[in-house]
Amino acid sequence: MAWTDKEPMVSIRDVHKSFGALEVLKGVSLDVMKGEVICIIGPSGSGKSTLIRCVNALNDIQSGSIKVEGQEVNDPHLNKLELRKKVGMVFQQYNLFPHKNALENIMMAPLLVLKDNKVEVEKLARSLIKKVRLEGKEESYPGELSGGQQQRVAIARSLAMNPDVMLFDEVTAALDPETVNEVLLTIKELAQDGMTCILVTHEMGFAKEVADHIYFTDRGVIVEHGPPTEFFEQAKDPRTIEFLGQIL
Amino acid sequence: MEVFFEWFRVLYDETGINLPFLYDSYDRNRMVDGFFMTVKLSIVCLFFSVVIGVVGAWLQNSPLKWTRRIVNVYIQLFRNTPPLVQLYFFYFAISSLMPTVDNGFGGQQPMLGGFAWAAISLSFFAGAYNVEIFRAGIEAVPNSTIEAAEALGFSRLTTYVYITLPLAFRVALPSLNNNLVNLVKTTTLAYAIAVPEMLYEANQIWSDNVNVTEMMIFLLLIYFALVGVLVWGMNSWERKLKIPGFGN
Amino acid sequence: MNNRSQKILPVIMPVMMAPKARPDDRFRLQRWHGFALVAVLITASIPAFAATDPARASMFEVLQRWMPLLLKGFVFNIIISISAMAIGTVAGAVLGLGQISLIAPVRKISWLITQFFRNAPWLVLLFFAMFLLPFELKIFGLTIPLPDWLKAMFGLSLPVMANVSEIVRGGVMSLPSGQWEAAESLAFSRQQTLWRIILPQCVKRMLPPWMNLYSILTMATVLASIVGVSEVMTLTGQALAAEGGRSDLLIPFYSFVLFLFFIYCYPIARWTVRLEKKFAVIT
Repeated sequence: MAWTDKEPMVSIRDVHKSFGALEVLKGVSLDVMKGEVICIIGPSGSGKSTLIRCVNALNDIQSGSIKVEGQEVNDPHLNKLELRKKVGMVFQQYNLFPHKNALENIMMAPLLVLKDNKVEVEKLARSLIKKVRLEGKEESYPGELSGGQQQRVAIARSLAMNPDVMLFDEVTAALDPETVNEVLLTIKELAQDGMTCILVTHEMGFAKEVADHIYFTDRGVIVEHGPPTEFFEQAKDPRTIEFLGQIL
Repeated sequence: MEVFFEWFRVLYDETGINLPFLYDSYDRNRMVDGFFMTVKLSIVCLFFSVVIGVVGAWLQNSPLKWTRRIVNVYIQLFRNTPPLVQLYFFYFAISSLMPTVDNGFGGQQPMLGGFAWAAISLSFFAGAYNVEIFRAGIEAVPNSTIEAAEALGFSRLTTYVYITLPLAFRVALPSLNNNLVNLVKTTTLAYAIAVPEMLYEANQIWSDNVNVTEMMIFLLLIYFALVGVLVWGMNSWERKLKIPGFGN
Repeated sequence: MNNRSQKILPVIMPVMMAPKARPDDRFRLQRWHGFALVAVLITASIPAFAATDPARASMFEVLQRWMPLLLKGFVFNIIISISAMAIGTVAGAVLGLGQISLIAPVRKISWLITQFFRNAPWLVLLFFAMFLLPFELKIFGLTIPLPDWLKAMFGLSLPVMANVSEIVRGGVMSLPSGQWEAAESLAFSRQQTLWRIILPQCVKRMLPPWMNLYSILTMATVLASIVGVSEVMTLTGQALAAEGGRSDLLIPFYSFVLFLFFIYCYPIARWTVRLEKKFAVIT
């Protein structure tokens, strides 16, 4: 049965995940529709990063189901390449390839994984550099760029695979305060372009501004969720209220 | 050129500084042959020791416990026993177990000569160090970088060839450099099994001419120069591979 | 191990669980591996054994007969290694301090000597000492004979000196410059800074490479056999000749020499690795 965009693009159902004896996710469910931007917030160690890593099959899950455009991720015969063409991911520590310059970092995956034409890929890479406002930095190596610049290259690198959904794993947590905004701006533009995004973030103001839906997780479960205005102004669960009280 | 060489004969007559490998064409040829024998032995051993290093580091990654153990026993055995005894072991002991071949004059000769055994023995000796050097290089590549490649859909092999190896190689290069210098110095051991390399030829010359002091100083200088050229070559290679902002 | 994993914060778990390049079970030799090794050697020598004339003494009897002599030879190797290490360390320490001297000529000359002896092959340096040192020394009418083994000892201490010099220089340089600045701001003199602040911190860092060097030196003592000193390798050759050059004896005899060095050097290597890890945590 082919997936249509009337159904959720990412559908997470009762996911359980443990590392050894430690259960990090204890039955999490959520849906993301096409073009939707959702933010997952919560205290450290609540399992939110693990959750989005599972969506990309970087971590496997013990039980439950994760479907991306109808493709089941919790499947031993998973075609990871198919999945990763659909799902882009940006990491907290950027994880650029240090021996390749910005342009090459962006071009590498389309060239080596998709085996696309080099001229086309370079054209695409240059347009992406422009999109993340890094013209002139094409030849710079990651070690020569600031954290914010590296993170924008990392975003462009994921976009080069033309994904349908983007995962952002605390992408501003390692950045200097003055470069956080440039990265957030890039993500915001992406969201406005209609990209489906799942963000794990600590930036409450940003979450409030861009998110269509906010999920609050604590100790492996989703405690509360709702549209931003409702979530921030009428939180009901005491854990949410306490968390928001500490942050805001 | 002859005038230049003759000058050293005059030097000998006038001062007693005897450098027969310059004015005497027979000794000159011996010295040149010795020099090229040292260079040849060094290059052969450099090549095979690096091959052993790469293959060994790869085998150390093996999921099979016993493969890893055998590699480790090899490393420890060759690192903790004298290279000279290793050479004797190969040249005398192992070679005594090998079949002999007809030498074309009706007689029998060992299948492998001194040069071959020196090359085998020294390659294994230096290779044991290279395995550890390459392994350390591979381990120095952060998991998060590998993971980023995985998230972009890189296959294991693509990741290994385009990400892990280029980074590991850069990390390993300084230690590799050191080990290769040691290897060149260790080629003098081939003297002990009468491989006509530089030390051996120099010994022949000083036995004939009783000019140990001059030959000694000349030998030290020429090894100094040989090692210097290798170090210079490796350093400039290291510089060429250096990525701005990566490593120190 | 279990103890540790319980304390790990859940946040860093994903990082830790990321696919590892290789399982982390660093292989260590244990006692039974030694027995396994001996077993392998015996099996490997069976072909030679089978070819032996039963009338002649078996190779193990022969080896047993020569063992006391060979062990004595090996002890001699150890003595040479310890003496050469002592001489080389003292000379190398002086040279190394010379390399960080504030006086430019001292620094440059120390550097040159260090580089010269460091880049020369050990065997060439050994020849250098054997042939260029006189067979006896005359000081104030006193004649001190210089036997071959003493010359070999000096010859081996030359590369040790150069390497120790580099270890000292490297150790001092590896210390952050903040240590020098802090000491200077407390009005310590350069001498005081060096001896009271810098060197005590460096000794720990210098110990592993120094031990590594000792191990290399011990293995280099067999080079003395090439220049005729009666150490273990020379004696092995003589023993083999005395047995009439029986080819079935080659493997057991050479294996025995390899084995002797291995049981001496392997523990040093393990200990070095342990110290390296221990000090790496502190710095």
